[in-house]
Amino acid sequence: MKILMSGNEAIARGVYEAGVRFAAAYPGTPSTEIMEEFSNYEGVYAEWSPNEKVALEVAIGAAFAGEKAIAIMKHVGVNVAADPLFTVSYTGTNGALVIITADDPSLHSSQNEQDNRNYAKFAKIPMLEPSDPQEAKEFIKLAFEISEKFDTPVFLRTTTRVSHSKAVVALEDPLPYQDKTGITYNSAKFVMVPANARVRRVEVEKRMQNLKAFAENFSENRMEINNPDIGIITAGMPYNYAKDVFPDYSYLKLGMVYPLPEELIRDFATQVKNIYVIEELDPFLEEQIKAMGIKVIGKEIFPYTNEFDPGIIQNAMNKPDKPANIPAKSIPPRPPNLCPGCPHRGLFYTLNKLKVFVTGDIGCYTLSYMKPLEGLHSCICMGASIGMAHGMSKALKEKGKGKIVGVIGDSTFIHSGITALLNMAYNKSNAVIIICDNSTTAMTGMQEHPGTGYTILGDEAIQLDLPVLVSALGIKNIRIVDPYDLKNTRTVIKEELAKDGPSVVISKRPCVLFKRAKSKPQNPLQVDPEKCTGCKVCLGLGCPPISWKKMERKEGSKREGISVIDENLCNCCGLCLQVCKFNAINN
Amino acid sequence: MTDSDVKSILLAGVGGQGILRASDIMCMAIMEAGLDVKKSEVHGMAQRGGCVTSHVRYGNKVYSPLAKQGSINLLVAFEKMETLRYQNYLTKDATVIVNTEEIYPPAVNSGDFPYPEDIILFLKSNYRQVKEIDATALARESGNLKTANVVLLGAISTLMNIPESIWGDVIKNAFPEKLVKVNLTAFQMGRDA
Ligand code: SF4
Ligand code: SF4
Repeated sequence: MKILMSGNEAIARGVYEAGVRFAAAYPGTPSTEIMEEFSNYEGVYAEWSPNEKVALEVAIGAAFAGEKAIAIMKHVGVNVAADPLFTVSYTGTNGALVIITADDPSLHSSQNEQDNRNYAKFAKIPMLEPSDPQEAKEFIKLAFEISEKFDTPVFLRTTTRVSHSKAVVALEDPLPYQDKTGITYNSAKFVMVPANARVRRVEVEKRMQNLKAFAENFSENRMEINNPDIGIITAGMPYNYAKDVFPDYSYLKLGMVYPLPEELIRDFATQVKNIYVIEELDPFLEEQIKAMGIKVIGKEIFPYTNEFDPGIIQNAMNKPDKPANIPAKSIPPRPPNLCPGCPHRGLFYTLNKLKVFVTGDIGCYTLSYMKPLEGLHSCICMGASIGMAHGMSKALKEKGKGKIVGVIGDSTFIHSGITALLNMAYNKSNAVIIICDNSTTAMTGMQEHPGTGYTILGDEAIQLDLPVLVSALGIKNIRIVDPYDLKNTRTVIKEELAKDGPSVVISKRPCVLFKRAKSKPQNPLQVDPEKCTGCKVCLGLGCPPISWKKMERKEGSKREGISVIDENLCNCCGLCLQVCKFNAINN
Repeated sequence: MTDSDVKSILLAGVGGQGILRASDIMCMAIMEAGLDVKKSEVHGMAQRGGCVTSHVRYGNKVYSPLAKQGSINLLVAFEKMETLRYQNYLTKDATVIVNTEEIYPPAVNSGDFPYPEDIILFLKSNYRQVKEIDATALARESGNLKTANVVLLGAISTLMNIPESIWGDVIKNAFPEKLVKVNLTAFQMGRDA
C-alpha cells in the first residue's frame, strides 16, 4: 500500500516495521511528530522523558536489557544527551540502539544551526542520512540492523526538510515483536571505569574499521554514472535538490555519512572528471574526502549557512537564472506572535514595565523579546535562564539588586531548570525566578510532561507539585500569581524583587490551546468608539485581535484614531480591559 | 525527465488558515491520479500567526519538495498581502489566486506600517492571470467559516487537470463524516468562483 507521509511519520512507521516497540524522547522541532506517531501504534512503549539525556539513558537501559530501543531528539537535544552518548559508544548496545538527531538547517525553529554529523565522528558512532520519507522509513530499519550486527549505537540524521516534507511511501508489513529481553551481567562491557573503558576504547576503533569495510558495500551508498564530466557526491535532502536541476550528472549518493566508504569514493573519482561535494552546513564530507587526497569542489562555491534548494545549487554551479524582473512591492514582516489570550502576555507586559533584565529560556514566551512586549532579554538554551539570572545577579552585586529576573516554562523547568534552582538556593542568590506554568509543552504542540498528570500513552500519572518541589530545593519565598491579573502580578513580583535571597514566582494559567481547559472563552471584548481616546496603550500588549484604525481628526479633538478588537480572534483574557484608563473596553 | 515536466504550486498564508491541510488534500488527489508528488511545509514556531507556506510539486518523478525561485506557475495566497512575499518564486506568466481576506501582522496592528494598497492592481499588471476570491464569504455561505481553505482548494482544482471525481473522493476521506457535506459544498463553490 502507498500513502502520503511526512518524513517523521515514515520514521515512526519504519521503527514499527522493524519490530521495535520501545522509544523515549523529549519533544523538539523538527523531531516531535516521530514520537507522537510512534506512540499511536499498537503495543508500543513510548515515553516523553523530562529531557534528552534521560531519554537516551532510558533507551540505553532498555538496550542493555536486550530490547531494541530508540531515542529521539532535535539537534540541540543531542548536546543535552552528549554525556551518555560518548560512553555508550564504548559499551555497545546488547539489544539495539538507534538515536535520531533532527537537525534544523536555516534555524526554522531553533537557537542554532549545528551540524550533528560532527557528533558521529566525534563519538565514533555510525550515521545514516535519508533524503526523503521513503528512505527515512527504510534507513531506520537498516539502522537497527547495523546496531545489532556491530553492537553499536547508530545515528539516523534527519533535517527539517526531510522530517516535514511529505511524499508517497510504500508500506510494508511490520516484523513481529520478538521479546529478547533478560538480565545480562557483563561488567567488562557495561562498567566504564578506566580499566574497562581502556579495553573498550580499542574495541571502538576495531568496530570503526569493520564499519568502514561495511560501508564500502552498503547498498545505500550508491553510484549513478551518467555524464562523466561532472560527478556529485552528496547525501540527504541536497541529493534531491541537485537531481532536480542536474538530472544528467553522475552521482555518488551516500546513505551512510559516517564512516565513509573510501574505496567507493576513489572508484567514483576515477570515473568522473570534476567532483563537486554538495552538503548543507559544515564541509563534513568534503574535508574527509579532501583528506583522502581527492580533489573536489565544495564550500568555495556552496554556502556554509542555511538549507539549500534547487536554485541555490544551480546558481552556485552554473550561471544564475535570470530573475523574472518584476518590481518588488514592500510588505510588512509577519513574525510569529503569542496567541490571543496567551497567559504569557500579561506576565511579560508586566516585566517590561518593571524595567528589569529578564534572562529568558526556550518556549513560546521567547517571542516576547519582540516589540511591543520586549519583556525578555536573553535566550541561550533549555534551562539557561536560571543559571544566568544567578550569575548576573552575583556579578552585579548591589547594582543588580531587584533588577534580575529569570523566566522559564514548566516543561523547560523540568527539563533542565531544577538543578540550577537548587544552585540558587545553595549559593544564596538574589534573583527572582518566574516559572511560567501553562500546564503543557506548548511550543512544540501540547505534549504531556511530569507536571501535567498524563503520559503520552494517555495514562494518568503523577502531577509534579511545583511549589512543593521548589520548597524542597531550599527556596523560602514562593508566590503564585495569575498572569491575567495584571495588578496582582506586578505587586507580587515587585515584593519579591525587594526581598533578600532567591524567590520563585509561579505564573499559573493554562495555555489557551490547552486540551483539557475547563472554561471556554467568554464573549469577545469590544472597544467603545465613543470612549476610546486613541491613546494606544492597549496596543502595547501586541495582542493579535487589537488593531489601530486611523480616523479623520475632528474639530477640537486630538484623537487620530481608535483601537478595534476583531471579535473572531479575541479569546477574552481581559488584559486590554485592565490597561485601558478610560474604561473604553468591555464585553 | 527534466524538472520542467514537474509542476510546482505554492500555497501561502498565515498560521491557522488551514494551509497545510489544503496542501495535504491536494497531494492526496495528485497521488490518486497516479502521479508522483512531494510537498514541503512549515511547522513549529512559524505557526504562531507567522507566515506559512507549502510547496507542492508533482509529475512523473519528483525529487525536490522545494521549488527553485523563478519556477512556480501557480500561487495560491490564503491572505492578500502574502502574495507579495513570494514574488521571487514566480514565473512571469504565473497564475495567482488570491483570497481577499486581510489579516494584519503586528506592525500593521500597531499603526507603524500601512497594509499594502492596490495589491490586486499590482498583481494584475504583472502576472498573466489573477483570480480574486472572497473565500471567507463563500465559506460563511457554505455554512462553516473553517472551510475557507477548501473553497480555495476548489478554485485551484480547476487549474490542475485532475478528474473531479477524484477530488470528491479525497475530500470524503479527509474529513469526519459530519463535515464532509459542508466541505464538498465549499469545494464546489471554489470551483465555480
Ligand atoms: S500556544 Fe499557548 S503558550 Fe504558546 S503562544 Fe499560544 S497560548 Fe501562549
Ligand atoms: S487603551 Fe483604551 S482608550 Fe487607549 S486606545 Fe486602547 S481602548 Fe482606546
